[in-house]
Amino acid sequence: MSPRDAILEAVRRNLPRPTVPLPEFPGFPGGGETLLPCFRRQLEAMGGRSFEVPGAADARAKVAELFPDAKVVCSAAPEVLGTRRVADVRDPHELNDVDVGVVRSPLGVAEAGAVWLTQSELVVNALGVLSQHLVILLDPAAVVETMHDAYARIDLAASPYGVFLAGPSATGDIAGVIIHGAQGARSLTVLLLAPAGQEGAGK
Amino acid sequence: MTHPVDPEGRAARFIALEVHESTHDRLVWGIRQHRDQAVAGVPEWEELRELASQIKEHTLTHLDQYLEQFEANATRLGTHVHWARDAHEHNSVVYDVLRAHKVKSLIKSKSMLQEECGMTPYLQKRGIEVTESDLGERIQQLSGEPPSHIVAPAIHKLSSDVAALFAKELGTDPKDSDPHHLAEAMRQHARPRFLAADAGMTGANFAVAETGGFVVCTNEGNADIGASLPPLHVASIGIEKLIPRARDLGVFIRMLSRSAAGTPITQYTSHFHGPRRGGELHVVLVDNTRSDRLGSPDFWQALKCIRCGACLNTCPVYRRGGGLSYGATYSGPIGVILDPGFDLSKYRELPFHSSLCGSCTEVCPVKIDISDQIYKWRRVVAAKGLLRLTKRVGMSALGTTLAHPALFHAAESVGESALEHLPRFLLYNALNPWGRHRELPAVPRQTFRQWYLEKRREPHEPT
Repeated sequence: MSPRDAILEAVRRNLPRPTVPLPEFPGFPGGGETLLPCFRRQLEAMGGRSFEVPGAADARAKVAELFPDAKVVCSAAPEVLGTRRVADVRDPHELNDVDVGVVRSPLGVAEAGAVWLTQSELVVNALGVLSQHLVILLDPAAVVETMHDAYARIDLAASPYGVFLAGPSATGDIAGVIIHGAQGARSLTVLLLAPAGQEGAGK
Repeated sequence: MTHPVDPEGRAARFIALEVHESTHDRLVWGIRQHRDQAVAGVPEWEELRELASQIKEHTLTHLDQYLEQFEANATRLGTHVHWARDAHEHNSVVYDVLRAHKVKSLIKSKSMLQEECGMTPYLQKRGIEVTESDLGERIQQLSGEPPSHIVAPAIHKLSSDVAALFAKELGTDPKDSDPHHLAEAMRQHARPRFLAADAGMTGANFAVAETGGFVVCTNEGNADIGASLPPLHVASIGIEKLIPRARDLGVFIRMLSRSAAGTPITQYTSHFHGPRRGGELHVVLVDNTRSDRLGSPDFWQALKCIRCGACLNTCPVYRRGGGLSYGATYSGPIGVILDPGFDLSKYRELPFHSSLCGSCTEVCPVKIDISDQIYKWRRVVAAKGLLRLTKRVGMSALGTTLAHPALFHAAESVGESALEHLPRFLLYNALNPWGRHRELPAVPRQTFRQWYLEKRREPHEPT
C-alpha cells in the first residue's frame, strides 16, 4: 500500500466518534472605533509608521525625505518611479542591493495594523523581504476592521503568495529584547494615498 | 527499553547558575503577561476559543476527507504533494526531492515537525548543508542544542551566553552582549546564505483544505526569504494542521500571536498556494504517530494544538526548569502530553514534571484539556509498570493507607509528630528532588479530624 493510502486508511480507522459539526460563524461586530486611527495606532505598536500624503508627488517627496541616502529604490507602484522598476527584475537575487522597496497594498486590517500583499502587487515576491526598508502605499478607504473581514475580502487561491505584513521584520529571540530588522525589512512605512485617478474617492 | 530522560536532573543543571532560573522565569512570565493584555483587548475571546476548538474537532473527526480535499486542490495549483508515514519516510522523501534538484545548501525556517523527524542531521549526513534562519533556532543550531521553547527557541540563554557563542562561531566581540549588535551580526551572517541556498524549507501553521494552500507565521520574515529566493520550496506539514476553509483562518490568526507573544498578529502571516513565478513547490504530509493518537479517546484532543506556546509560558515548572529539562522535541505542558505518545518508555518521567495546577488548560486557545491529559498519562505510565521505584513504593503505601480509615488516622497522628521530630534527611534527601529548595509549613497542633470532632461537640449556634 502506498504511504498515502496507508495514512488515509489509518486515519479512517481511528476517526474519533461522535463527529463534531462545523460551527456556524457568528458576526463579530467591532468596537465601532473609526478604522483609520485604529489601523495607524496598531501599525505603530507593531513597529511601523504611517503618513497621510495628498498626492503622488507628495509620496515621492516623502520617500526622498525619509531615505535621503538610498541608492537603489525599487518600485512596484506607478506613483513612485524609483531607480529600478521591479518589472525589469529577472531573478529575485538581483534585489539584494535594494535600499527601499515601494509597493501598493490593496487592503489594510485595523485590528492588526497589517497590510495585504500578493505576487500581483509585488511582481517579485522577494521585494517584500530583501529590501532594507519598505514603503507601502495604501488607500485609506481600503482598511477593514478585523481579520474576519480581511479573509472575507481576499481570494487566497488567486495568487501563489500572499502575506499580511504588520510592521517590519522583528525578533525577540535574544533575552526577549524586541529588535526590528531581523532578516526582512528594517522599517515599514505606510503612505496613505488613494490610487492614481481616485485621489479623495474613498474619503 | 529506552533509558528515560531525567527532567529533574536536567533542570538542576540548568538552574545551577541562579541567574538562569530567575531570568528565564522573568522573561517567560513576561510573555504570559503580554498575552493577558492582548487577550483582554478582544471581548469575544472566549467565543473565539470555543469556535477554534470546534473547528479543530470537526476537522479531526473528518480528517480523511479534508486531507483528500487538500491534496486535490494543492495538486491543481501545481504543488507536488508527498505523503510520509513516519519520521524516516519524511526525511527520505525530502532528501529525494533535494537530490533530484542537486541541492547542496538548504536554508530553513523553524519547523517543530522537522525537529521531531530529526531531519537536519539526516540531511547533513548525506552531504547537504543545512542552515537555520530563525535567530533563536540558529543560536540553538550553533550550540548543538534542540530548541528549548516552541516559539522562542533560545529563551533560556542570557545575552552574554549568546555573545560568547557568536564570538566563537561568527567572530564577534565576546564582550559585546548588546542584543541589537548580536541580531545585526546574525543578519549579516545569514544574508549570503539565503542568497547561496539551492532550496528553502518551511513548516506550516495551517493547511487549508478548501484552497489547497498553507500558512506560515513568523516575525522575522525568514520563511518568506527562504520561499522567495531559491527556486525550490519544500514544506513539511503534519496532518493535524488541516482546517476546512479560508475563513477559518480569521479565528486562528486572531488567536495565535496574541497567545504566543501578546501581539495582534505575527509580523508576517504568509500564504502559499502553488509555486511562485519561476519556482517549484513541494509539500510533505506527515503522519508520524498522529493517526494512532487520533484513535485514542483520552489523547486525540492534543492534535488540536496550534503550537502557540502559551501553556509553556504559564507553567510554573517550565518557567523554573527551562525547556531543555524535558529532553524532548516538545517541552512544557504540551510536551508532557505529546512526547510520551512518541516513546512512552523514554518520556515516562515527563507526566510527573508538573504540579497539575491547571493553568495550561486555562490559557490554551483551542481548549485542549492539557492538565487532565497529564494526569491520564501518569495512569498510563503506572499501568505499564514504568513508575520509578521510589514512586511505586510510596504510591503503594499511600494507597493502602488511604484505603483503610483506621490506618489513615493512626498515620495522621504519627505523621504529625514525626514531621516535628524526625531527622531532616528523611524528607530532604537525594531521592526526593521536590524536597530541594522547599520547606514544609509548620505542623499544626491538631489533625483536622481531631479539630472536627472537638467542634462537633460544641453546641450549634442557629444562624
